Amino acid sequence: MVYIFQQILNALQLGSIYALIALGYTMVYGILTMINFAHGDLFMVGAFFCFLIAVYLKLSFVPTLLLSMLGVAFLGVVIERLAYKPLRTAPRVSAIITALGVGLFLENFTLALNPYPQHIPALIADQTWTIGNVSISSLQIIIIALSLLLMLVLDFIVQRTKAGMAMRAISWDKTVVPLMGVPVNKIISLTFAIGTGLGGAAGMMYGLAYPVIDPYMGIMVGWKAFISAVVGGIGNIRGAMIGGFILGSVEIMVAAFLPSTYRDFVAFTLLLILLIFRPYGILGKPNPQKV
Amino acid sequence: MPKLSAVYNNLLGKYQAVIAHKLFWPIFLTAGLLFSIAASTFDILDLYLQLILIYVGINIILTVSLNLINGYMGEFSIGHAGFMAIGAYIASILTVNIFPSSAITFLFPVAVLAGGLGAALVGLVVAVPSFKTRGDYLAIVTLAFGMIVKSGIENIDVIGGPRGFLGMEKLTNLPWVFFWTILSVWIIRNLVYSKFGRGVLSIREDEIASDLMGVNTRQVKVIAFVVSSFFAGIAGGLFAHTIQYINPRMFDIIKSTDILIMVYMGGIASIAGSILGAFIYTILLEILRPLGVWRMVLMPLMLVLLMIYRPRGIMGMREARLFIPLRDLLASKLWRQKKKEISDAPAGD
Repeated sequence: MVYIFQQILNALQLGSIYALIALGYTMVYGILTMINFAHGDLFMVGAFFCFLIAVYLKLSFVPTLLLSMLGVAFLGVVIERLAYKPLRTAPRVSAIITALGVGLFLENFTLALNPYPQHIPALIADQTWTIGNVSISSLQIIIIALSLLLMLVLDFIVQRTKAGMAMRAISWDKTVVPLMGVPVNKIISLTFAIGTGLGGAAGMMYGLAYPVIDPYMGIMVGWKAFISAVVGGIGNIRGAMIGGFILGSVEIMVAAFLPSTYRDFVAFTLLLILLIFRPYGILGKPNPQKV
Repeated sequence: MPKLSAVYNNLLGKYQAVIAHKLFWPIFLTAGLLFSIAASTFDILDLYLQLILIYVGINIILTVSLNLINGYMGEFSIGHAGFMAIGAYIASILTVNIFPSSAITFLFPVAVLAGGLGAALVGLVVAVPSFKTRGDYLAIVTLAFGMIVKSGIENIDVIGGPRGFLGMEKLTNLPWVFFWTILSVWIIRNLVYSKFGRGVLSIREDEIASDLMGVNTRQVKVIAFVVSSFFAGIAGGLFAHTIQYINPRMFDIIKSTDILIMVYMGGIASIAGSILGAFIYTILLEILRPLGVWRMVLMPLMLVLLMIYRPRGIMGMREARLFIPLRDLLASKLWRQKKKEISDAPAGD
């Protein structure tokens, strides 16, 4: 029983990181119907920003978090402006291939600058509390609480502010909304900034929880987060959060009760089976094709 | 001094006359086969160049077969390396553990074929449920499939698990690669220009309309996917017997991305584009080798620039005359004539 509680805690930790990354995928998909395959690598860049800031500027936790989020958000907007914007009217596949190219570029550029895996210094005093044999570390609490906070803020922005209304409007209809005076380019940039900023935050938390970072770390985590966005229903923000937690729990539970090498295998097989029965994800709605 | 354009036109005319000759293909194929046999038995080409040519051939098979799905059919599959892995492992297990070692040189094509068939069978299992809906669904399913194959193989200890599998002899040589490359290009080209191929193209243009016109879209999609995975398996078998060691990490998402880059760099829906893309990408990677890590920075940058300035790739949606059947050439010529007649005719009649 204690073991299960411990694993639930681990699942929450991993799940909240997946959920944060999945939000970036789903927001960009919702507004541009484009899969931003470079997102996993922006997550990696976030971890590296955090490493640079923590090692060379020696800032504490909160400024490091804010600076890495800002840095990644800026990078995301630059990528959107330079690489994706010229392709907005091109066939959709070219945008996807460009995103793959940007992702490879980020990986290999980081690798060329920094060929060795790095170690993020502990930014939080490591403290462990034990409640009835279940041990909770301060890092776990901060990761889970911070992710939930960021998700609440995001939900507030999307549901309650004017910019959020514009985002939802653009994802609803791309031809009429610009005619209503909504500044589409600004809103798309804002979406990218928020989505990639969340990815950056996730990168930092991942780097703190599993401290060795390397330029290829974003590939696997990024694809998994993408899968969780799909499981929740891509384009749906609350779905992405749910999907992230589901994938995190499945992975941790498989690792807890089966040999840990089966983790990816079982997790992906379960997700594939889920997708066969619910192709549009848990919260996604099928959009019937109009003729 | 003759004008440059005149020289160009003259050369173009000669080129067209050469490729239109009915003996062009037989002579080209025999010459290619003889050259590849000579190159691998006598000391004409050094081993490094031979290896590069083998990689070019394998990459052409991969690119042409993925182009059938991503280019001609307009779907988006990103799990091609998974099928390659299945072919590679089946062929390697056959040559190492099952076939008698005295006869493997003769049984090698059987092993490669078996790898292809195995990949095709798995392709069928993947295709049947994944073509229920359209759009990015296939991308997601094939992505998950690629990861399942990789971590599945890692968990089968009999074939080495994450340590990989070795013991294959170097059975892949230039003539075999030439044979399989020509075979795959020939089959896919004929498939695309057949009645079945028209169905594939119509799915890309408008699935609902083609459904209404009587194309069994579901069946066409499944068959195209199975054919594509068959050739990926063939390429895997050849690849395994070239480098004589395989491990699951070789066939991960990075490999699939490589194939995608070749397809989209060469140009979608074009056989010539696929060949060009595989050729340029493979050669360029070798030429840029002195740059070390930076070549891997340069390649994606070039891809992004190519996509921005030429979103359909080098040959996108166009085909070299070489690969278009005479029937189609005549038809398009007739169509152009008709259009001209209509536009030349006096208005108002």
